[in-house]
Amino acid sequence: MLEAQSLKTRLNLNDDEFISNKKSMLGKLDEINDLLDEAEAGGGPRHHERLAARGKLPVRERIFNFLDPDSPFLEISPLAGYKSDYPVGGGCVAGIGVSAGVECIIFANDPTVLAGAMQAFSVKKWMRAMQIARDCRIPFVQFVESAGGDLRPRGNRSSVALNVGHFAESGRQFYEITELSKLGIPTVTITFGSSTAGGAYQPGMSDYNIFVKEQSQVFLGGPPLVKMATGEESDAESLGGAKMHAEKSGLADYFAEDEMDAIRIGREVMSHLDWSKEGNSPDSIYEEPINDQEDLLGIVNPSLKRPFDVREVISRVADGSRFEEFKPLFGPTIICGFMKIHGHTVGVLGNNGSLFPDSSQKAAHFIQLCNQISIPLVFLQNITGFNIGKEFEQNGSIKKGAQMLNAVSNSEVPHLTIILGNSYGAGTYAMSGREFGNAFTFLWPTAKIAVMGGEQIAGVMSMVRRAKAMRDGLPFDEKEDAKIVEGQKISHDKGSEALIATSAISDDGIIDPRDTRTVLGICLSVVNNKEVKGSDGFGVFRL
Amino acid sequence: MTIKKLLIANRGEIASRVISSAQDMGISCVAIYTQDDANSPYVKEADEAYKLEGSYLDAKEIISIAKNSGSHAIHPGYGFLSENAGFANSVKKAGIIWIGPSGNVIKKMGDKITSKKLAEKAGVPTLPMTSDAKDAKKIGYPILVKASAGGGGKGMRIVEDPKKLKESISAAEREAESGFGDKRVFLERYVEKSRHIEIQILGDSFGNVVHLGERECSIQRRHQKIVEESPSTVIDQELRDKIGSAAVQLASALKYESAGTVEFLFDDKTKEFFFLEVNTRLQVEHPVTEEVTGLDLVKEQIKIAQGNELEFVQDDVELIGSSIEVRLYAEDPANEFLPVTGDIIAFEPCDVPSVRWDVGIEKGTVVSSNFDPMLGKVISYAETREEAAQKLALALERSHFGGMRTNRDYLISILRSEDFLKGKTTSDFVERVDLNTEIDLSDSEIFDHAVAVAMWNQAKNRESAGVLSNIQSGWHNARLPYQKVDLIFGDDVVEVKYKSKRGGGFYLSNDSSVMIYEFDDESIDIEIDGKRIISKITCHEGKFLIQTIKGDLLFQMKERFESSSINEIAGGLTAPMPGKVVDVPIKKNESVKSGQTLVILEAMKMEHKVTAPSDGNVKEVLIAVGDQVESGSTLVILED
Repeated sequence: MLEAQSLKTRLNLNDDEFISNKKSMLGKLDEINDLLDEAEAGGGPRHHERLAARGKLPVRERIFNFLDPDSPFLEISPLAGYKSDYPVGGGCVAGIGVSAGVECIIFANDPTVLAGAMQAFSVKKWMRAMQIARDCRIPFVQFVESAGGDLRPRGNRSSVALNVGHFAESGRQFYEITELSKLGIPTVTITFGSSTAGGAYQPGMSDYNIFVKEQSQVFLGGPPLVKMATGEESDAESLGGAKMHAEKSGLADYFAEDEMDAIRIGREVMSHLDWSKEGNSPDSIYEEPINDQEDLLGIVNPSLKRPFDVREVISRVADGSRFEEFKPLFGPTIICGFMKIHGHTVGVLGNNGSLFPDSSQKAAHFIQLCNQISIPLVFLQNITGFNIGKEFEQNGSIKKGAQMLNAVSNSEVPHLTIILGNSYGAGTYAMSGREFGNAFTFLWPTAKIAVMGGEQIAGVMSMVRRAKAMRDGLPFDEKEDAKIVEGQKISHDKGSEALIATSAISDDGIIDPRDTRTVLGICLSVVNNKEVKGSDGFGVFRL
Repeated sequence: MTIKKLLIANRGEIASRVISSAQDMGISCVAIYTQDDANSPYVKEADEAYKLEGSYLDAKEIISIAKNSGSHAIHPGYGFLSENAGFANSVKKAGIIWIGPSGNVIKKMGDKITSKKLAEKAGVPTLPMTSDAKDAKKIGYPILVKASAGGGGKGMRIVEDPKKLKESISAAEREAESGFGDKRVFLERYVEKSRHIEIQILGDSFGNVVHLGERECSIQRRHQKIVEESPSTVIDQELRDKIGSAAVQLASALKYESAGTVEFLFDDKTKEFFFLEVNTRLQVEHPVTEEVTGLDLVKEQIKIAQGNELEFVQDDVELIGSSIEVRLYAEDPANEFLPVTGDIIAFEPCDVPSVRWDVGIEKGTVVSSNFDPMLGKVISYAETREEAAQKLALALERSHFGGMRTNRDYLISILRSEDFLKGKTTSDFVERVDLNTEIDLSDSEIFDHAVAVAMWNQAKNRESAGVLSNIQSGWHNARLPYQKVDLIFGDDVVEVKYKSKRGGGFYLSNDSSVMIYEFDDESIDIEIDGKRIISKITCHEGKFLIQTIKGDLLFQMKERFESSSINEIAGGLTAPMPGKVVDVPIKKNESVKSGQTLVILEAMKMEHKVTAPSDGNVKEVLIAVGDQVESGSTLVILED
């Protein structure tokens, strides 16, 4: 237990703003819940029925049965592919769970969606799952049932569709599987259905393969392709059936009677791994926060223009609401301090305004402290960016900001980032955004992520247009410009919303604010599968 | 001679019972046990214990243990050697005090024909009987065929149709022969509306004999008593004096020493009573007499055996209040009361005042088929019979014990039934009164307790989780199926589906809301839609025993995954490697058992057996001795 005192809340639950914030947040959560239902429905009832008729389990039941009863499951990017050509979820499920007492990450095809065919979303989610396995040193489990790559010609892609690029840039997934193996991270694959061509390397590159009788079909080329290429007549079962692979090719290490049997064998494999975590175990006894986590719903104003005290969030995720604040009177726009979450000691950085030079300096100092004692860092983002203006530039805004970026970049303890509200510009980077090597990024439904605000971007563009018109000596249509500004603002704001970000798998998912503590608790346990060791050195600090 | 050390030539409940009274008199107790009883409570309650090489029927070995341990006396309990005259005589011959009547009396009373004649001689009314089937008509139908040497219902047959007499006699003879080593049977009149009334007697070496009133033990199944009481509802003081003095008369004529029981058949209509037999031992149901007389019959037996004179006379004996005993059996009342076996996974009698538990079991006791399936007796005492019955029912309902099927629910049904409470307890009670043999709970009450089991189980799962054990039970941020537990209850499966609620508690798939107030290793306290369930709970190897207000429910949790043998079958009947067939110990069309050797191969100087993966018939043998076979080639084809 920390000696620190518990934070007192200053929230007024009867305040009109709190009430309206909460209402708006619940509205957003309803929308997300509908989308989660959509994700669960996958390819729709017709496909589910077809699967059931063949004695096959839906993907979430496969996962559920693989997990220990009553254990938690943290799904990663469940709303991937939102507003894309593909159903919400991206045709696959990824998540962290506990099987036979081992924390692991599961990546599973949803065979109801295009027969599990891989496309940009599923490949990105798959890569993310393997990155989590690598970063956290947890076993990687795949439930394979995939028709291969989605070879349909792409015509009408929506704005969030991701580009696969050239074939020459593809296939990194297979490289990653074997890399995990080399790193001592077991890779376990249950092949529930077909896994052909490139997909055949999914089991092909795995450490453990479990095949299901008369269900798994793994071959480089299916009967039609074999016929085309060599003229040989063959049938799928002898070409790549489970029994064949169990008896002849040896690709299957375990031959299962049916899906449940395969899952049972998978759990047997997990249990023999004798997995031990290299990191720290949390305190077995700890306090729950004193302040009600339910109140997290009403903290953030949906317009994000109203500031809130990030300590109200801290006091609702910290054990016993205890928080030891570091340098409270210096650089007060960033809150730094120590707390425990589910018995894990962490350092926390939270924004109470934009980054000023002294706030950056304070953060750089604090990040080094946490590396010195090897404790994970939690970033609670509500950042509009680094403060700009003459005074700040003269005070070394860039230089001191660079100190913070240096510390964040070279810090080697796990970073857990929650984007509560704003996440703009270089502020996103400084507060350990996705591309700054954090371990996990989760969004509150109120999160907005972009290079800058829509109003600012539209305004800047308008100024550029006005300057060009003046240069070219052309008349400037104020009315027309106002329309363009409004349009740009709306479209940009829309594009910065949490759902759009999470659709692109540029984070690990949107969470209910009330789950923040639970999500952090799970992540802290998971990152401790690997030794948590602070950085020995940083880049040169521009002082 | 004062007995200082006593060997109890018995086991279980009665051994514990004797030890308790003997120790109370300052007598050191010696127990004997077989391997099956190595962990039985009485072994530990005794001051010394010795393992038998033979059985509890091994007279020689028991006497030798008594001698070697320096025991002054042997108490035989009931059953086993308790009514074996030869054993009684050998004990005496070995210079050890026998706690019981003399071998001579045992012998006389052990033979039903002799005992009946002696009773007649003493002026005690007896039922018309004969040992000659030709006289059957004289007795009149229905007729009861009984083994001369028998007891406990063995070798007994009721014959209503004269045509079936011959067949019944042969069957009874066979049973008597195998049960008692004595095939003699006799016939007597069968009274339809009858009661079983027995008189407890005590006789000392000074020739004093008293009776301690009656016990009624009419409620029987499989000809064995399950409910006994004292006093009987049909015996008033006048009748008691009459039957009592008949019993005393007979005992006096026999110069009876120690405790004994004279059993009578009571005709409910005519109020006549007929002598049946004398049991020359302490009866299972002796506690009800103790409760209403205030005497300790084991102590009385010991004092008499020591040569003490009875400390009271007939006039001192008064039956005060009412006492009822039920016998708890590991048996299935719904399946002809057939015995069942299993582990006692919990044993926590409910502490109801004036309810006595005479038992030989504890948590962990294994009920095997080697011994009588009686787990013990529960005896209540109260001022009135109704209160004694209610109290006993409550004690049974609120106790937490079990692990296998028992007759508890049925006993509760009896005690709570109008027929029982009104004293309509004639010998045909079990057949006549249609009572619930199952626990008296509605399906929804059973479901609620299944929910309690599921809640307890999930709490246990969370508690024992090695990682993330403090995260909300079954938490997830997207979509997963409900957590599911299938609990097998009798022939049914109760499915409980639940998911945890933010901030604590659970939803069930039927939209009920569940709150857990308390949970520990042995109990759970929950609320389902405002209904509180506070129950003891015991889990053992997938079995969950949960307390309800009407007794315990036993659920078996269905395994999450079925066992699989696919990989065994896959390698079953084909050659696992190239080799030479050196033996084929089976033939075509032969039936084989799982694991039986079918073919022996030799390869790399090693013999390898190919065995049958399951029971079946040999459909085809494709190889012969001397054949060289390739890996994977089929050797034998089996069919189910």
